[in-house]
Amino acid sequence: MLSLHLSQLDVQLLKLLAAAMLLLSFAMLSARRTQQLITLFAWQGAVLFLSTVLVAHEAGLPELYFSAALTLILKVITLPLILHLLIRRLGAQWDNEQLVNIPVTMLAGLVLVIFAFGLAQPISLLATTVTRHIIGIALAVILLSFLMMITRRKAVTQVIGFLAMENGLFFAATSATYGMPMVIELGIALDLLVAVFILGIFFFQIREQFDSLDLHHLESLREE
Amino acid sequence: MNAQHVADFLNTVLIHPLGLTLAVAACWPVIALACLLRPHSIRYVARFLFPAGALVCVAMFLCAGTFLISGHAPEAMILPLGLPDLPFHVRLDALSAFFLMILGLSGAGISTFAAGYFRSGEGTAPGLLGLHYHVFLASMAVVMLADDAYLFMVAWETMALTSYFLVTSQHRIPEIRQAGFLYLLMAHLGAVCILLCFGVMQGGSWQFTFSAMRSASLTPFWATVAFTLALLGFGAKAGLVPVHVWLPEAHPAAPSPVSAMMSGIMLKTAIYGLLRITFDLLHVRFWQWGVAVLALGLFSGVFGAIFAAVQTDMKRLLAYSSIENVGLIFTGIGLSILFAASHMPLFAALALAAALIHALNHSLFKSLLFLATGSVMHATRQRSLGKLGGLIRFMPWVAALALIGTLASAGLPPLNGFVSEWLLLQAFLFTPQLPHAFVNMLVPLGAAALSLTVALAAYVMVKFYGVIFLGQPREASLHEAHHSNWLERIGLGWLAAGCVVIGVQPQLALHATGQATGMLVGRAVAPEPSIWRIAPVAPEQASYSGWIFMAVILCVVAITFLAVRLLAHGRVRRTAPWDCGYPWQNSRMQDTAEGFGQPIRHMFGAFFLMERTLPSPADLTPRYRIHIEDRFWRVFYKPLASGVQRLADAVAFLQGGRLSFYLLSSFLTLLGLLVFLLWH
Repeated sequence: MLSLHLSQLDVQLLKLLAAAMLLLSFAMLSARRTQQLITLFAWQGAVLFLSTVLVAHEAGLPELYFSAALTLILKVITLPLILHLLIRRLGAQWDNEQLVNIPVTMLAGLVLVIFAFGLAQPISLLATTVTRHIIGIALAVILLSFLMMITRRKAVTQVIGFLAMENGLFFAATSATYGMPMVIELGIALDLLVAVFILGIFFFQIREQFDSLDLHHLESLREE
Repeated sequence: MNAQHVADFLNTVLIHPLGLTLAVAACWPVIALACLLRPHSIRYVARFLFPAGALVCVAMFLCAGTFLISGHAPEAMILPLGLPDLPFHVRLDALSAFFLMILGLSGAGISTFAAGYFRSGEGTAPGLLGLHYHVFLASMAVVMLADDAYLFMVAWETMALTSYFLVTSQHRIPEIRQAGFLYLLMAHLGAVCILLCFGVMQGGSWQFTFSAMRSASLTPFWATVAFTLALLGFGAKAGLVPVHVWLPEAHPAAPSPVSAMMSGIMLKTAIYGLLRITFDLLHVRFWQWGVAVLALGLFSGVFGAIFAAVQTDMKRLLAYSSIENVGLIFTGIGLSILFAASHMPLFAALALAAALIHALNHSLFKSLLFLATGSVMHATRQRSLGKLGGLIRFMPWVAALALIGTLASAGLPPLNGFVSEWLLLQAFLFTPQLPHAFVNMLVPLGAAALSLTVALAAYVMVKFYGVIFLGQPREASLHEAHHSNWLERIGLGWLAAGCVVIGVQPQLALHATGQATGMLVGRAVAPEPSIWRIAPVAPEQASYSGWIFMAVILCVVAITFLAVRLLAHGRVRRTAPWDCGYPWQNSRMQDTAEGFGQPIRHMFGAFFLMERTLPSPADLTPRYRIHIEDRFWRVFYKPLASGVQRLADAVAFLQGGRLSFYLLSSFLTLLGLLVFLLWH
């Protein structure tokens, strides 16, 4: 029923935004500098915001506007700001990350995207929303962010990967079921904020202990 | 006035047996909490609260006993407790009443003794000890009253935990901590088996009340799986070989009243559980189950008796003797299953009654003996048999009461041990009527093994009593051995009285089992008991009268005594015994505990793993050292432990410390699950 209200143009626009989202994920996967990564993360948030507004407008769901506003405030403005401040304070804005091997990572990412689309097919058949074709992309974003967390070694990038994963989840939620209930969304937003604060404190502790934010130092902590 | 009160009490029992039993059991947690008010005051906890706990035990005994005598129908109730969708179910029937009676009867004696036994400054604070002790009692009562698997498991685990804390009350000693750990480990393994057994028995209905399990229809395969799990789980608690290893470690580690409680009562909860599941919930489906239980029981019996004979620590000796007695109880249960599955209800009832009465008897005499070792340990600070001796002169009360327990344990008439062993042998005599040819041929061997066990048990008891109480003191310090206090004597006296009463008047015990056997196998032994004798099957075949035995024994003793007094010199002459021309004699010349066990060690050498260092004949300061180990450790447990260790080492690489590796493993798991989802 709802799909009747959506114009063809809006669906095309949504697909375009989803493609941008995927592209940004790949960009994050190959980005070397921490500062660059944070900027990409902020862009990803912006795309998320736009797509949510679009869905809210076309589906006529006013509560999705709140979600969109929350996304704008938290993921486009607050979190990138905090992260920027954090890396400046840590002196890590020009940290150069040794990546595993960019072509290999990209290829693995490609395989993951194909896998995600295969996975999303039965789900999108069940979903009734207009945005159901986007579920595959949302899943791919989640898996790519996870892949990013695995391949990085610096503490700050781990956190960014974690936040990007949450973006993917949010994207999946809007596209599959027009968003989660407000209470849950508010809870998640608060959790994210707290997580970033706590992890920020951890960064300082880790740097104090090991004079570096490289996670391979943590290997010495295991029980023998 | 007093009699009026008792009569009122018994009347109430007749009207609301279950409610009253629950109320009585609820007194123990109250006492347990009261122990925390002044946890360091030995006067408050031991001299005031423990006797209160003993009174509750007596009330429990009266409740259960009245229920059994009155022949009340089973009563069930749903408690307003438990999880939202899982209320606790409780039920009082003849089987639970019989075991509650054991709990009350032995518990009363042990608690009274404990009131005099516990002193301050022994490991855990007395208040905590009292807390665990009374929660332990309450949890055992709840195990016997539970009518759903959920409440049963909660009570079962509470029982295991509280007894663990009681065992490790002297936790500053590393060996005791180790023994406690082993006990906890075996208790949990057993509990897992029992949990799985309940899981199998619900039979797909996901109803965990016992009434649902009773009506569940299991396939033969799953019924056998459930039975095997129950045998393993309850066997681990009861100390059945080969899952007995915790018992000889934990019993000596615990304070004596706790050892008495564990050996006397806690082992019986396992017997109760096995009977409940095999007979009541699984309805004894196959006679092969009986053969398995019978074989394990007989092996445990022989094994326990042989190992008890070579021990040199008095509490370890009693612990192995517990294994032997549990073996006898399981033998009775196995025979009963065999008969019941072959549709011979009278003989099944006979074997089951023998097992039940032996459980009752064992709880009386083994508690008595463990408590006596407690008195000896407090008086002498010694637990090794090699350093005791001659205590009958310094502790005449304990020696006299322990003699009753020793004779009962040795299975001599007119005491209670004889009754159950006699009934068990009677049950064996009917096995030729079984319709299974192969079993028929093998069962006489079982009867022989049973006789061997009983005879060895008597040997063990002679060693126990002779080395501790008779002869000459092996250490000079023993002359200062002080006597037990009157609370300890009352506790010992209560249990000894129980041994004598059941031995002389076994009709009481037989009548008490009648309801339980009627419920489980549909028949009762000796429906019309006479006052003078018991005749389990037919008076022409075999009957036993405790009174006649007692009269004959008393007459013979009296006549001998008088004859010696009158015909011989009539005065007491103290002289060195067996002074065969030796100029002097000392305590080192008497038979030691090792020496006493030596023939057994030679005859049954295959059972042991011995390490001996013998002195050379020319050695001026000869030292003889022997170390005896249980073969099961090497055959069964050590390979198991090293296997677990190897497995753990093999997966230890997973904990490499690299964050990305951890992330990768969760990522791969996620992908794996998603693939699984995709294909289904």
